This record gives sequence, C-alpha cells and structure tokens, in this order.
Amino acid sequence: MTTTLDASQNGAYPAKTTAAVSESHGEHGDHRVLGLMTFLASESLMFFGIFTAYLIYRSTAEVWPPEGTEVELFLPAINTIILVSSSFVIHMGDLAIKKGEVQKMRLWYAATIVMGLVFLGGQIYEYTELGYGLSTNVFSSCFYVMTGFHGLHVFVGVLMMMGVLWRSRRPGHYSATKHTGVEMTEIYWHFVDIIWIILFVLLYILTLF
Amino acid sequence: MQSPSPQPQEQGGHHHPEQWSWYHYFLYNTDHKVIGIQYLVTAFVFYLIAGVMALLMRTELYTADPDFLAPEVYNMLLTNHGTLMIFFWIVPAAIGGFGNYLVPLMIGAKDMAFPNLNAIAFWLNPIAAIFLFASLFFGGAQAGWTSYPPLSLITNNAGQSLWILAIALIGTSSILGALNFLVTIYKLKTPNMQWDELPLFCWAMVATSLLALFSTPVLAIGLIMLLFDINFGTGFFRPEMGGDVVVYQHLFWFYSHPAVYLMILPIFGIMSEVISTHARKPIFGYKAIAYSSLAICVVGLFVWVHHMFTSGTPAWMRMFFTISTLIVAVPTGVKIFSWVATLWGGKIRLTSPLLFAVGLLAMFVFGGLSGVTLGAAPFDIHVHDTYYVVAHFHYVLFGGSVFGLYAAIYHWFPKITGRMYNETLGRVHFVLTFIGTNLTFLPMHNLGLQGMPRRIAMYDPQFEFINKICTYGSMILGISILPFFFNMIWSWSQGTPAGRNPWRSLTLEWQTTSPPAIENFDEEPIVWAGPYDYGVDTQTFEADDPTVEEILAEVGQEMK
Ligand code: HEM
Ligand SMILES: [Cu+2]
Repeated sequence: MTTTLDASQNGAYPAKTTAAVSESHGEHGDHRVLGLMTFLASESLMFFGIFTAYLIYRSTAEVWPPEGTEVELFLPAINTIILVSSSFVIHMGDLAIKKGEVQKMRLWYAATIVMGLVFLGGQIYEYTELGYGLSTNVFSSCFYVMTGFHGLHVFVGVLMMMGVLWRSRRPGHYSATKHTGVEMTEIYWHFVDIIWIILFVLLYILTLF
Repeated sequence: MQSPSPQPQEQGGHHHPEQWSWYHYFLYNTDHKVIGIQYLVTAFVFYLIAGVMALLMRTELYTADPDFLAPEVYNMLLTNHGTLMIFFWIVPAAIGGFGNYLVPLMIGAKDMAFPNLNAIAFWLNPIAAIFLFASLFFGGAQAGWTSYPPLSLITNNAGQSLWILAIALIGTSSILGALNFLVTIYKLKTPNMQWDELPLFCWAMVATSLLALFSTPVLAIGLIMLLFDINFGTGFFRPEMGGDVVVYQHLFWFYSHPAVYLMILPIFGIMSEVISTHARKPIFGYKAIAYSSLAICVVGLFVWVHHMFTSGTPAWMRMFFTISTLIVAVPTGVKIFSWVATLWGGKIRLTSPLLFAVGLLAMFVFGGLSGVTLGAAPFDIHVHDTYYVVAHFHYVLFGGSVFGLYAAIYHWFPKITGRMYNETLGRVHFVLTFIGTNLTFLPMHNLGLQGMPRRIAMYDPQFEFINKICTYGSMILGISILPFFFNMIWSWSQGTPAGRNPWRSLTLEWQTTSPPAIENFDEEPIVWAGPYDYGVDTQTFEADDPTVEEILAEVGQEMK
C-alpha cells in the first residue's frame, strides 16, 4: 500500500475539520477551543485536590465548622444567584455574535462584567464581615484559600471579557463566523460558575448539617 | 546535503529564515525542533549538576561518619539532587525534548498545534531553575524531593518556599506541554495516517500527556497549600489546627506515582522505535504496546497509596492498593515481552542505541521486579524508607529512563545534527555506564534488606563495606559521562554526514533532510509502509534480499 501524504496541507488544515478551517487565523489551524477545554479539565483537578482535602478534614473533625468559624448564608446565596445568572447572560452574548450582532454581544458581555464585579465585591465584603482569618483553624484556612482561589479565577474571567470588549471596538474583529475569543471566554466563564456551585455546596450547604 | 533546501514560501503565513543560526537556540523561538533541542540541552546541564551533587553525597557515604559534608548540606544536596533529576532532567528531556522534536515529524506536521505556548512552556524551565538555584543561596530545601510536612514546615522556610515556587513553575510547564501534545496528535496527525499507523512513540506521548494533565494540578494545589502553611499561617498540614499531614502525602503521591510513569512512558515509546529499527523486525504486538500504555495510564492513577503503606494506612486500603499495584505491573510486563519478542530472531545491529535499549531491558526488568516486591504491603512495611527503595527506583530511573534517553540521543543524533556519532566511543560509554550503574545500585538492595535507612549522612559502621562498593560504582558513572560528552561535542561538528536515513528507518521523521528543514518536510512525506514493517514490505533495503523462492525454501527448511 502506498499512500501519498500532503504534509504541506495537513499541518495547516486538517482535512476533516472544516469547521476549524472557517475560524482559523493564519497558517496554523485554530485549535484553541480544544486547547482551552483540555486546560480546564486539568485546572479542575486542582480544585478537585483541595475539595478532597476539605472533605477529609471535615470527616475527621468533631464539629464542622469548628466553633467560632461559622459561615453566613444570606449574602453568599445572593452572590450565587448573581454568578449563576451571569452564565445565562454571557450565553446571550454568544448567541448574538453567532448572528453577527457585535453591538448586542458587547452589551451582554458588559453586563456579565458588572455581575462578575458585583460578585467579587460581595466576596470581599463577606471577608471583612467574618470575624476570623486565614490562620484561625483548618476550616478558615480552607474557606479563604478555596474562595480566594476561585475569586482569582473570576477576576481572570472579568479581564478576559474586558479583552473581548476592547478588541471588538474595531468593527469586523469578530463576526458571525470568526469569534473564537468570544467563545473561549464564555466557556471559561461557565467553568468558573460550575466550580462555584460545587464550592458553595461544600463550604456553605454542607456546614448546615 | 547539510543545509535544508530553501523553503517554498507559504501563502502569506510565516516568514522564516532558511536555517536557524546558533544564536536562535538561545532566544525565544517557536519551531518545535529548536524547542526540543533547547529542552534537551538545558535538561542535560541540570543532569550534570545533579550528578555532581550525587557524587558529593556518595563521597560523604564512603565512610560511616559524617566527616565530609555538614548534615544540612547533605540534606540540601539530597533534596536538590532528586528534584533536579526528576523535574529538571528526565521529565523535560523525555517529554519536552524528544516529544517536541519528534512528535510533529512523526505525524507529518509542520509544528505543534500551539507553537507559542510551546515556547512559553520551555522558558518556564530556566525560570524555575533560577528559583531553585536561588533557594540554594538560602541553604536550599532540605526535606527531600517529597517535602513531607511537618519536616518541610520546620526546616529552612525560605529555601523550602523557593523550592515550591520552582516546582509550581515547572509543573505549569509540563501541563502546557501535555495539552499541546494531545491537541497536536489529535488534530494535526496527517489525515491519511490511521491511528494504528501512529508510531508507538506518539502513543506513548498520548498516555504521558494524559497523565501529566490530570495529575500535575493535584501536586500544584498540594504545594500551594504547603506554601500557605509555611508562610501565611494556614493549618492544612498542622494537626494542632485541625489539619492533617497525611493529606499532603495523598496529594503528593496522587501526582508523584503517575510522575514515575511520566518518566518511563516516553522511554517505552523510544524503546519501541529503537528496538524495531535496529533489530530490523516489525514490532511484536503493536496494539498490545499501544493499549498497554493507555492501561498503565489509567491504572497508574489508582496505585499511589503504595508509597504510604506505613503512614497509618488502614488495612483495607493497603489491600486495595497492593492489588492495584500488582495489576499495573501486567501492562508493563506486556511491553517487556513484546520487545524481547521483537529482538528474537532479528537482524540485530549492535549500535549504541540498541546496546542501551538492551541494557535498559535488563535493568528495568530488575527494577520492575523489586517494584513488585515493594508493592506487596507485608514486605514493604519492612523495607520502606530503606536503601532497598533507593535501589528500586534507581534501577527503574537510571537503568530505565536514563538508559532510554541515551538510546534516544544516539538514535536521533544523526537526524538532529545531520552527522553520525562515533560508534566506538558510544560503546565505551555504554559499557562504563552499565558497569557503573549495577555496581552502584545493586549492592543497595542488600543495604536495605539489612536495614540501612535512606536519607542519612551518618550510618552504622557495619554497612561501611557495601557503601564503599557503591561509591566506587558512582565514580565509574561519573567517568562514563566523559566519552559521551566528547562524542557529542566532536561529532556535532566533525562527524561524517549522515544523510536522510542512516538507520533505514520507516517512521516519517527519516524522510526529511538531516537536520530537517525549518517546516519539516520540503517534499511530501510518503507513508510507504506501516511504521514497523521491516522486512515485510515491498521496499527493499538490503541489496542481497532473497527472492520469494529462496524465502519459501528457507521456511521449508525450518519446518523440518
Ligand atoms: C513494575 C512497576 C513498579 C512497581 C510495582 C513499583 C512499586 C513501588 C513501590 C511500592 C514503591 C514504594 C516503596 C516505599 O517507599 O516503601 C516504589 C517507590 C518508587 N518507585 Fe516504583 N514501582 C514500579 C515501577 C517504577 C518505575 C517505572 C519508576 C520510575 C521510572 C519508579 C519509581 C519509583 C520511585 C522514584 C520511588 C521512590 C519514591 C520515594 O519514596 O522517594 N517505580 N515503587
Ligand atoms: Cu509508585
């Protein structure tokens, strides 16, 4: 069997992925979405590690959370609602750009940024209201490191959305067929959202029982 | 035919100079071949430094008294020797170096999927090294490469913190590299190459990358928690605050057991290429080898507690992890048998790569066997943290990974440099290394069985005799580097030109010029056969190939 391979083509445009071709920038095929998903799969293991550690600490403690380090529920619940709804808002932006409506996409993304910032503000407010710090006991350590690490991810998400806004100020940068950056930001934001839901269950709901 | 022929310029894509100059290798560069060489050379420098550290330690251990190095210095050398060898030499050389150099060539692509990410991943290595060497100025980390708390919480906080940052950076590098390999192999594999025509080295890289991707972040978070415990007063690993030191061990080994496969799976891939090529025979059991890599990758994620049999681990866990550990030896054994079967009856050429590959087989089997004994909890409880463990992991890491890296360096040297190395020097290097490795590490089994603990500068005088033998062996190992070093330096500029395919190998990287053109293939590479179809295909390499009648006659002869 002798097959002829055309390497000058496949490096740039894998024959079977026509979808990627339409979105590709320049010579190397655009595999950034797949790359991001792979990265997030890896990143989630980082959260998985600390979540597991937290559950082990919880299972060996007599009272959880230990006395004096109780959490407050009302504000975080509101924050959760804000963050979860922001996932729908950003998705509206994605729908808009798929129809080529750049201005609408910008509006939706701006709204998501505001929601993200409100979430972060709420988080910081909560930190100042709680009467304990990082080094009070292992629960407080977990609490601050887990929420802080997640907050860092939220912050990065906000920066990414601002990047999208900045780039889309120039007409034609994103279009109905070319919007990988917009899409990636959305995927990342959903990831941050999902992590928060797990975190909320672990740190807030589970402390009720 | 030294320089690659001029590149046909692409439709408005990149504009590269025709050939890289020497200084390009010191700069930010996105060509996967440059990055591969950058990885290999920097990793080799770290290998030399770590080797000197080992020689210093062996000198200390020549006598039972700690009379040569201060105890803190010994601990510092011990920690950083392990760290450099694992995180800065074997992993970057095998995955970053050969992975980057070979994968795009083997799959017929121009470059990796994310060339810039690739370059960034490389440059994280020197930056991490700066952190590590900076830590030495603060006395260095001294808690071993495993950095268990509470020891790591109470010894030399500054050095330990810098150590953590170094490992976090290099871990990030390996995550970025892994995702790049996965996307590259999945998306850029030349479409006419079927999955079962993918060279086994690429299969090994798939398995390696999956492991790196899913285990490294767990180490990262464990180290971040340690960093917070040391510097910011958190209590993750402080029992007085409700924390738990064993949690660190779980997080650490969830990464670091798979990490041992990170260090051996690419080597397994190299073995398949080298043995098949130099034995001139199709690889025995292509599918078995490819799938056993994936099996190792999956099962390897569930054996980590075999490092913790003595950490107060409950009996049911010991039992579970003993069983899973013994299971993971099965796919490893499958590969060993496949390589032996490939060698069997082959037209073996005793070139340096093949010598190292065969040496690897011998030593790795030995290390694998001691691994199986360690995997059985009842035995491990007696020898855990003794020199028996040191002997085990040096047989698999030196006898396995380092031998594999040497085999790979000799095998692909003609491709990378365009010149042949000196075969005699290569063989001398092999003999010295083989003798040195066995002399250094074989007696350590005995030391361990007699109860000598690891990680100590002062030991009981009854162990002195065996320790002296080990130290002599290590000196031979130190010397064995010299023929290798001269061979590489000299051959790189003076060796006889190699041509495209000195080994008559069938994988795609041998179809381009040596060294390859900047975007790899200036002509279309042709899959003229499966990657290992030696002696079965229509292509004839040997001038005196027998005719069909002769083969039939020969077979008939054998049947009688
Ligand atoms: C047949 C497969 C293998 C089995 C069953 C096995 C089993 C084990 C066990 C049970 C231990 C723990 C011993 C103890 O601390 O008491 C161990 C340690 C170790 N193994 Fe293996 N092993 C195998 C292959 C490998 C390979 C391929 C490598 C690396 C290339 C490796 C590297 C190590 C290292 C570095 C340690 C020591 C870690 C430390 O405590 O510093 N092993 N092995
Ligand atoms: Cu292990």
